[in-house]
Amino acid sequence: MTKLKVTVFPKAGVLDPQGKAIERALGNLGFAGVGEVRVGKVMVVEVNEADPAKARALGEDMARRLLANTVIESFTVEAA
Amino acid sequence: MKAAIVHFPGTNRERDMAIALRQASGQRPQMVWHRETELPLGLDLVVLPGGFSYGDYLRCGAMAAQSPVMGAVRDFAAKGGHVLGVCNGFQMLTEAGLLPGALLRNASLRFLAMDCTMKVERADTAYTRHFQPGQRFKATMAHGDGNYFADDATIERLEGENRVVFRYDDENLNGSRNAIAGICSENGRVLGLMPHPENCVDPIVGGEDGLPLFLSLAESFAEAG
Repeated sequence: MTKLKVTVFPKAGVLDPQGKAIERALGNLGFAGVGEVRVGKVMVVEVNEADPAKARALGEDMARRLLANTVIESFTVEAA
Repeated sequence: MKAAIVHFPGTNRERDMAIALRQASGQRPQMVWHRETELPLGLDLVVLPGGFSYGDYLRCGAMAAQSPVMGAVRDFAAKGGHVLGVCNGFQMLTEAGLLPGALLRNASLRFLAMDCTMKVERADTAYTRHFQPGQRFKATMAHGDGNYFADDATIERLEGENRVVFRYDDENLNGSRNAIAGICSENGRVLGLMPHPENCVDPIVGGEDGLPLFLSLAESFAEAG
């Protein structure tokens, strides 16, 4: 078994209203100098594949087909 | 008109849709469960109704787009069938790649449950022939993720090919690019829109502004025989 960590984020240029709201809330809490905040998600997927390169390729296929929507999101896959 | 409504765990507007279709055409649509791998034969129209399929897990419409029935819906669309997706159904159509773009979280972050005014940009589709071009009508919004997004090239193509069917007219509350409320496929037969015309077909519950969409379908498919 290999554990993969799939990280998905809105692409640059895609509005991230959650990030914007958090940015404002951090300012309200008194955190000065907060720049842009982006909200993404992390998924840990166990795959029955010992070879790290093959496991990663599998994760990338999963991300392209389901875990990320590549119209609006970019993703990275790494060993967890 | 022979119509089928596909429902998924978490769908909640299938009955409203059935009432609207029946009211306009006099025929009761068939209900199809998401685990079916085939659609009934001889259909004129497949509807993906609104709701919160699979609890909006992962992304709105993402799980439904991978469900067993969607293979049959894709085949139906590829053969020139008419597919209507409303609200969550629109999200499914984009997730399934049957329409371009994606629906993002509303720019305000608020769930919008209110009436909106839409403008008809195309009155020459099977869905809109009972509207006048440029006509404004009221529909109900009920969504958290209705902010239509596509990259510049896609927006340009949609506008250039005249594929924006409905636009928000008074206010663009969810932040959609170019105030897009509904778009269609290249052949005009796959239509997705966020607001709910099926909730405006009876004066006792808020008016009949959405009825022309269903009358259009009934007429289009009565002719088709």
